[in-house]
Amino acid sequence: METILTVKNLTKKFGYLTAVSDLSFNIEKGNVYGILGPNGSGKSTTLGIVLNVVNKTTGDFQWFDGRTSTHEALKKVGAIIERPNFYPYMTALQNLKLVCKIKEVSEEKIEEKLELVDLLDRKDSKFRTFSLGMKQRLAIASALLNDPEILILDEPTNGLDPQGIHKIREIIKKIAGTGTTILLASHLLDEVEKVCSHVIILRKGEKLYSGRVDEMIASHGFFELKSNNDAALLKVLENHPAFGRVKNENGLITAFLNEPMDAHTFNTFMFEKGIVLSHLVKRKESLEEQFLTLTKNTSN
Amino acid sequence: MLRLLQIESIKLWNNRASRILIIAYFVLLTFIAFFATIKFDIGDIHFQLADQGIFNFPYIWHFNTYIASFFKLFLAIVIVSMMSNEYSNKTIKQNLIDGLSKKEFILSKFITVLVFSAVSTVFIFVVSFILGLIFSDYNELSIIFSDLEYLIAFFVKLLGFFSFCLFLGIFVKRSAFALGFLILWQVVEGIVYGLIRWQTTDVVTQKITQFFPLEAMSNLIKEPFSRLGAVQSVANQIGESYVKDYSVHWYEIFIVLLWTFVFIYLSYSILKKRDL
Repeated sequence: METILTVKNLTKKFGYLTAVSDLSFNIEKGNVYGILGPNGSGKSTTLGIVLNVVNKTTGDFQWFDGRTSTHEALKKVGAIIERPNFYPYMTALQNLKLVCKIKEVSEEKIEEKLELVDLLDRKDSKFRTFSLGMKQRLAIASALLNDPEILILDEPTNGLDPQGIHKIREIIKKIAGTGTTILLASHLLDEVEKVCSHVIILRKGEKLYSGRVDEMIASHGFFELKSNNDAALLKVLENHPAFGRVKNENGLITAFLNEPMDAHTFNTFMFEKGIVLSHLVKRKESLEEQFLTLTKNTSN
Repeated sequence: MLRLLQIESIKLWNNRASRILIIAYFVLLTFIAFFATIKFDIGDIHFQLADQGIFNFPYIWHFNTYIASFFKLFLAIVIVSMMSNEYSNKTIKQNLIDGLSKKEFILSKFITVLVFSAVSTVFIFVVSFILGLIFSDYNELSIIFSDLEYLIAFFVKLLGFFSFCLFLGIFVKRSAFALGFLILWQVVEGIVYGLIRWQTTDVVTQKITQFFPLEAMSNLIKEPFSRLGAVQSVANQIGESYVKDYSVHWYEIFIVLLWTFVFIYLSYSILKKRDL
């Protein structure tokens, strides 16, 4: 597989504070990555370093095969970090033309990308007249002008209203669908869960996990159950070796599996025991639950 | 090179305030011609400035470059704000992310400064040339094209001054404060000048202060007024004889070029060191 970005033992110190500590990871072509972590966990600093705006303290990173300089490599990258930054007195079109000049690409893609983010009819409006959602969409259009090898998004939905968030997510999904590699930093877990195949989890500048989303925690999922006879149900569950923890909250019984079991087998088993279920759902832990477990485990 | 200049011109020309200031600057430069029309009518004395020989070749090169350099403040504002706006809009960050290197960023600003200085010099050459052809008493080619070192001095003076502004824009990051800093710097140079003068002699003071950046820039083109025929004759009448060196010296140009290099290099190293 083609490696797009390699980060090796990267460390960044701001005075006494260590923002990023000995971080290593690889970004492979074609995957959608999420960088997860609470505020202040070093996500933006890490992106800032690989994007040439923050100086590293120690460690190393390289783009693509490492033969091009960082700023040449960045011409093949599309990135938005934090707020959208454009010249407020210039129109959307003028701003994008400037970006084309910097990236040394032709201007013919401008209209197409503005169309993609739904801003074509506002192309001659000055940037300062845009709402935050529109600014963020313009930033995405600008990042896509060079049909980048990788799109880096740092908190792309931060501060947007629900419609704005929805629109940005639609755009991200559309781009992910075209096979573009994406690196999405966020503290919004459902956002990452919806689009990412891989995650890198950071806390206080340290890497807690990096790998596939579905391999994050060795877990077989759990059943959510309801029945008319809770007492009998609980007894059966507690005596069954396949179940570990069982909890009963507001009449909804949650039984965590120790070993794989599908819903069909479980339902047949219940029927044999004479228990009729009124509600049966098999679920995997959401990313949020996994994330909280992971961050809790390591904080002790 | 051309790409960097194009990038910078897009940024500058689309900014209305910068555009107005740039236009105003060049319009004001042509207003030097109005000196020709200044007349004093005091009773029987009719006095027209143009008749006093200010537009004579080669004196005009000295006079016009001296006067024109006052207007450099207009472009100074443009340059300081073109630099500090990149910080306040955070577009410098975006530029770097988009694939401009830090070196290219500084280079694009320096090229702009270079172009401003060069265009101003050419412009003042053309204006002076035309004014000279109209008003000068001497029109021999050898006289017209003598003393052209004032134009070189003018170019170097602008280059040094604008590079200083560029540095202040990067260093201070806010245009108003950067301009304030420029004035503060001028005052500090003045105070230090005064202190040295107080403790030593004129000659020693000159020797030391010629290395101060703003002093070095103003040394390049000395005031031309006392060189005028009318002033000279008045001075002679009251028994003062002016012996002043008005010429441009290579070491003065060298000092300013050295400062230019220092300012640009400092700008680059600040940008390189800073986390954005």
